[in-house]
Order: sequence, then C-alpha cells, then structure tokens
Amino acid sequence: MKKKHIVEILLNEEIAPNNYRMVLSAKEIVEEVVAGQFVNVYCNKGELLLPRPISICEVNRESGELTLVYAVVGKGTKVISEMKVGEDLQIIGPLGRGFMILEDEEDEEENQENPVYLEHLIIAGGIGVPPMVELVKNLKGNVTVLLGFRCNPILEDIFKKYGATVHVATEDGSVGLKGNVMDLINQLKPKADMVYSCGPKPMLKAVAQWSKKENIATQISLEERMACGIGACLVCTCKIQKEEETDWENRRVCKDGPVFWRDEVIWDE
Amino acid sequence: MSKVDLRVNIAGVELKNPVMTASGTFGSGIEYSEYVDLNRLGAVVTKGVANIPWKGNASPRVAETYGGMLNSVGLQNPGIEEFIKKDIPFLRQYDTKIIVNIAGRTVEDYCSVVERLASEDIDLLELNISCPNVKEGGVCFGTVPSMVEHVTKEVKKFAKQPLIVKLTPNVTDIVEIAKAAEAGGADGISLINTLLGMVIDIHKRKPVLANVVGGLSGPAIKPVAVRMVHQVAKATKLPIIGMGGIMTGEDAIEFIQAGATGVAVGTANFINPRATLDVLEGIENYLNQYGEEKIGDVRGII
Repeated sequence: MKKKHIVEILLNEEIAPNNYRMVLSAKEIVEEVVAGQFVNVYCNKGELLLPRPISICEVNRESGELTLVYAVVGKGTKVISEMKVGEDLQIIGPLGRGFMILEDEEDEEENQENPVYLEHLIIAGGIGVPPMVELVKNLKGNVTVLLGFRCNPILEDIFKKYGATVHVATEDGSVGLKGNVMDLINQLKPKADMVYSCGPKPMLKAVAQWSKKENIATQISLEERMACGIGACLVCTCKIQKEEETDWENRRVCKDGPVFWRDEVIWDE
Repeated sequence: MSKVDLRVNIAGVELKNPVMTASGTFGSGIEYSEYVDLNRLGAVVTKGVANIPWKGNASPRVAETYGGMLNSVGLQNPGIEEFIKKDIPFLRQYDTKIIVNIAGRTVEDYCSVVERLASEDIDLLELNISCPNVKEGGVCFGTVPSMVEHVTKEVKKFAKQPLIVKLTPNVTDIVEIAKAAEAGGADGISLINTLLGMVIDIHKRKPVLANVVGGLSGPAIKPVAVRMVHQVAKATKLPIIGMGGIMTGEDAIEFIQAGATGVAVGTANFINPRATLDVLEGIENYLNQYGEEKIGDVRGII
C-alpha cells in the first residue's frame, strides 16, 4: 500500500533570490523515480490544506537523497522555504508520468562497435529547469541544454557537471544572451533527434511550434494547479487531442502527465 | 479496546460502518485504492456520472482558500456506458457498498442514467441536484422546492435502488428543500454539496478560476454543514449522509450527533490520502473513550 512518507530535511537553502534547493533523505522514494516526475509536499499548516506539487530535480539512489529545487510563489512554498534542516517533511510520490527515454541505437547489434547516440535538446525556462537535471543524468549521447530566465540563472553548473553543453539566456541580459530561449534557438539553430521542454506556457507553445516546423519529436512537461495529485479529483486537466479523432478531451496533468507528446497538446489562445 | 458496532442502515442497505467518500473527491476509488483498503469503507460514493460524457470546465479549476478550497471541475465524466464498463466491475472486487452519484442537465438526463443503472449491481443512487436545469434557464434544480420534488418524483419512477437526494446549501431554507425531496419520494438525503464562492487574483486582476465561480469545500464550511444536517434531521424522517469539511473522527461524530447516519469524507482525501480510514479509526476511538457499544447510541442526540 502506498502512503504518505515522513522524510528528513537535510538541506533547505536559497540558491538564488526566491529559489530554494531542498535535499531530503528519502530512500523509500528515490528507487522508483523517473525524470520529470514530481512529489506532493504537505505544508502541514492549518489553513493551507492542499499539497504543493514540486518537480523532482535529482535523486541519488546510493545515498537515498532526493533533491527538489523550487520557487517561492505563494503562501505554501513560503512555508516550505522556512522549514529547517532536521525537521520532518510529509510527502507522497513519485507521482505522474515522466519523460520517456528512448533507447539509443547502440543497442542494435550492428552498432556495438561504433555506437550512434541520439542528439538530445533540452529547452527549459524558469522553474521548469529543475526536472531537467535528472533527465540529463539519464540520457546517453550528446545533450544540449538551452536555459531561459528572467534574471539570476540557476543550476547551470550542474548541467555542465553531467556533461551537457549549456547555453543561457536572461531577459535582463545579466547572464548569457539577452532574451529568451527562442532567441537562443534562432542564434544557435540547433539540430536534434528529440526535444524535451518544461517551462512557462508561452515558452512551451513557441518551442512546440518551432520543433514541429523542424520535425523533431518533442516531449512537453505541463504545469497546472492541482489538488489530490494522484488523478482522482480532476482539477488539473489540460486539453489533449484524442488519438485518431478530431475531438479533444480533458486529461489529468498529475496522472496522465505532466509529460505529454507535443502533438497531443492543444494550445488555447 | 472493545469492538464497537459501527453498522448503519441507510434506506434498507446495511453498511459495515458509516464512513464513505464524498462524490467527486475520490473518482471511483481506482487511484485511492493504492493508498486505502477500500474493503474497510462503508461505501464508495462515485464521481457524478451523466447520460453522456461531459468535458467539464476550463482550467484552472481549483483555488485554495483559508481552510478550504474552491473547485470548478464542472462534473467532467466519461458518461454512463463507460462508467458501467469500467468503474462498477472495479468496485465490485471490494467488500464495500457502491453509491452512484448522478448528474444531469434535464429531468430526462437524470432519468435515463437511473434507468440504465436499474439492472446494474450497485447499492444506492445519489442524485446531484446542484446542476443547472437547462430547460429552466439554468436555474439550479436544488434551489427551487417544486423542481426538487418534481425531479425526485420522476427519477423515482425509474429507480430500482434506493434514491438519496444530495442537496445544495446555496438556498435560503434547507428544510423546505429537504421536505420537497421527501415529498418527491426520496429514500435519504445527502448534505451538503459545496457552497458557491469566488477568489480573485488581485495581482492579475482576474478571478483565479477559469469558470469565475466554484464550489467551496473543506473545514471552512463544516459549521454550516453541521447546522444544516441538524435542521434537516429535525424536520424529516429520512436517513442523512452528512458531509462538509470532515477531516477527523471527531468531525464525523459531530455530524452523527447532529443526526447523520452516514458521513462522507471529501476534501480531506486531498490533504491525507488515508483520510477515510483515519476518520473511521477516530470514530471507533471516540466510541471506545465513552464506552458506547454502538454508533446509533450517539446519533441525533442534539
């Protein structure tokens, strides 16, 4: 039977204005984690009822450590940011359907000698950046990461540590290219076999349009306000194209997603 | 700890205990079955189902409030055929009663779902009359006594299982509504559904919910719910399923003392996936603490 886990906070520090890294001792959880999944964090504070869904940044299966990187965006995340090292935290997870990692061609027998790896392109913005860390760790082949921020980039060095080529854009021009990830795309004209994207909706929509034009298979991680986080309450739905039909349906970001294929997602406005 | 008798009877159906799920918060139990042994529940009340699939409202559909939450899911459901194919067989694997909540936009919609369920292996029907009546200019069925009596009477003609009518609290006089349901032939009453509310994001200067308004649930509404259960218990002879902000066994006991036979756990499931069982164990603890032998001994004592 699944249950709420009580885990110890090992670290909870501000890594950039309003952005925090929290490390948890969560042996029971890390084993099953797939990049792109999330956990529900319970604030455990009277009037703040609902759990906060926070994407998993990274796991260490040996030490049992689970890392969350989150932004303070409201009362709940504020409470979480004020929790102290050594305190217990209530969480459930891992939740949702993460990124699909396709087999590289090295698995085919004829390529054993000279493996041909896929070319991966990660495009992430703002608080959509953290879940990409665990993804980079699990991808073989070349990984290029395009990161966009308003200001104050986060996690740039971690992507480099795991061997990715990283390009950064900031809207205020303080670091990297002045602009956003689309400006990076226009400048770098990247080629890839697979695109993975997470970030604000307008960014995701622009990435989806570009990758469709370039005919690159793309996985998109969506975000929506949630309540239960396990697929029962139907408050976090997004519009998804029905297979082989013209009609669409509302599907659950928490259970059917958060990662969807680009061509399934219907963008409003 | 002595074993207390938790059995309750709702409209002729015996439940092993009074704890059930509030419609719309638990799906058909498929997702929560990973966290909760459904065999321990008195009943599972399924999410509202209509005669055809409903897409529901646009997102965002949820807004947290002080001690509560607003939702505007808009009764998204797969339609009765899909429900009969998947959800009833799933729930029948468990030793718990099945209460099917029914949504509709017209009296005919409700009747067609109830008629379709007549031959199905379910235990009770729960009629959600908080839906807007499209033939009456979108007036909520549950707010006009004559409409409540009419829809109950019509649905009863097709019902093979006992019919519980779930009342909306967004009315001036809940007693008048409950009496209308009783006059229409209801076999039981569920209350309360959510309270209509609204939250504004003052920074974006627009409502948080895409639907503008939504239903308020959670501990914030509990006193309203207890008051209404008490009023209705005094005014009708029907068994009552009480709900609205139940988080603990003590909360459930409050509803039972106010006159409820069953209690439903809703929003609490989101805060604690095991909430239903915690409520059940809390009820047992309370009865043991006061040396009560059966749950009926504390029912309706206020």
